[in-house]
Amino acid sequence: MGAGHHHQLYRPGDSVVHRLPPQCKLLAVITFAIVVVATPRENFWAFGLYAVMLAVVAGAARVPPAFVLRRMVIELPFVLFAFLIPVIGLGERTSVLGLSLSVPGLWAGWNILAKATLGVVASILLAATTEPRVILVGAQRLRVPTLLVQIATFMLRYLDVIVDEMRRMRIARESRGFEARNFRHIPVIARSAGALFIRSYERGERVHLAMLSRGYAGRMPIMQEISASVGQWAIALALPAVALAVLGLSL
Amino acid sequence: MHVPDGFFNVAVSVSAGVVAAAGVAVCLRGARRELDDRTAPMAGLVAAFIFAVQMLNFPVAAGTSGHLLGGALAAILVGPYTGVLCMAVVLLVQGVFFADGGLTALGINVTIMGIVTVLVGWGVFRLVSRVARGKGAVTAAAFLAALISVPAAALVFTLLFWIGGTSPIAVGTVAAAMGGVHVLIGVGEGVITALTVGAVLAVRPDLVYGARGLAKPLELREAGGTTVTVGAEERPAPASGGLRPFLLGGVGLTLVLAGVVSFFASSSPDGLEAVAESKGFLHKATDHALGSWALGDYGAAGGIPVGIAGVIGVGLTLLLAGVVAYAARNRRKVRA
Repeated sequence: MGAGHHHQLYRPGDSVVHRLPPQCKLLAVITFAIVVVATPRENFWAFGLYAVMLAVVAGAARVPPAFVLRRMVIELPFVLFAFLIPVIGLGERTSVLGLSLSVPGLWAGWNILAKATLGVVASILLAATTEPRVILVGAQRLRVPTLLVQIATFMLRYLDVIVDEMRRMRIARESRGFEARNFRHIPVIARSAGALFIRSYERGERVHLAMLSRGYAGRMPIMQEISASVGQWAIALALPAVALAVLGLSL
Repeated sequence: MHVPDGFFNVAVSVSAGVVAAAGVAVCLRGARRELDDRTAPMAGLVAAFIFAVQMLNFPVAAGTSGHLLGGALAAILVGPYTGVLCMAVVLLVQGVFFADGGLTALGINVTIMGIVTVLVGWGVFRLVSRVARGKGAVTAAAFLAALISVPAAALVFTLLFWIGGTSPIAVGTVAAAMGGVHVLIGVGEGVITALTVGAVLAVRPDLVYGARGLAKPLELREAGGTTVTVGAEERPAPASGGLRPFLLGGVGLTLVLAGVVSFFASSSPDGLEAVAESKGFLHKATDHALGSWALGDYGAAGGIPVGIAGVIGVGLTLLLAGVVAYAARNRRKVRA
């Protein structure tokens, strides 16, 4: 636990993007995603410009493309679905490379592929340049309910512990020759899940008692006040502002 | 099942966001009643548990495996309010930090996978555990609750898709594909939920929220042979009254969703229809299977006015909610 104990999603750095206050980045990413989703799908060049904008942000934050590509694996199921839509879609058919494809299906597939990819890349860049804990502080600054932020904080803080607990149980099962191969093996997995729940819940109780003994009274103390200057807001909101301008020009 | 950006149109995304925000707000208040100042650490740890459990793959059929959604499991183990809260936080964290599920689709994801699975799961669980009592009944109820909650979520997904999906696929195809796959996943979810609840019941029955009524008061047998019952009074009430605000909220939000969204959807043609019109193939598109269905295209094809099609949808939903609400009300009368 000594060195390098930061989240694997986060890439430490000291770029302009890293230094921006979290609330600015959070709001910028959310408004950017809304602008992207609101863009009509016929405006190909608008999506191209959005992609260029994200590439500029990635460059400024010194996030290597390979890192972003590796994390983009997460949207693979929906990419497959996007490629399936033209095949099973309705409406006018066209022939591409000998395949009969639906024209509205092609539009829909493109629509999902473009918007989902841009949204995913924006989220990845946010997570790569901001520590998870700091993102939650930013969310609190944006008036997200305190209790919700606290729950998310505890979840993130103990996520690695719980996942590690589960990994140890898996190693214990596997070292005894267990491998979940068919339906009959589900009871073993379910007992592991039950044990994991009891351990998580009891850990929660211990954490609560530890908090009480340190004077917790229903509200977490704010250790660092992160306030944003007008200039920082201007830098962060340049992304959605340019996107909005592109959208306005393309209409 | 995490919906990405661009899968639903803006009207549905916004409406579902409103539904999710309202649902989470209700649950924040409810969970504070369930857990008071323990809410933050307990819900946080349970959310971490749900996240971890979603990584547990289990074999469904030959060669395929599924993973738990966890909505019904959370509702039974920690109660419906905390359950929704945990699911919402899990989805929030997955969306913002892991880029799993779009940020603009967060409302849809929370509504489908958080609110619907917990609501349906908890409703079914209460219905079944009302009929029979005992540890076996709790396990059976957990199985049915999880079994039904997953296809119900798929059904709501299909409904939202019908209202504001961006893909030109017949609703019947979507319903069949989603329904078929999710009935299978539901069976797996049901088995693993029931066994997990059973495993927790065997070790720490006091931790299972849905089985609080089962706890027997402590009996002390004294030296003289007399028996004293301790703690019968201060036992926590067995999950009473937790359902009604939920159901009222659910029905209200469904109305909002259906009403607002059908208004949006009908007042202007969506992107696809606009393209279709401009390209002049809209008349061809109406020949498909959906066009022949009475409710297809918001009732325009079947000769049913738009509003009535919406009302039919809401009516069906209300009927379903009413059945659950009726059962829940009876339950409280029995207890009182």
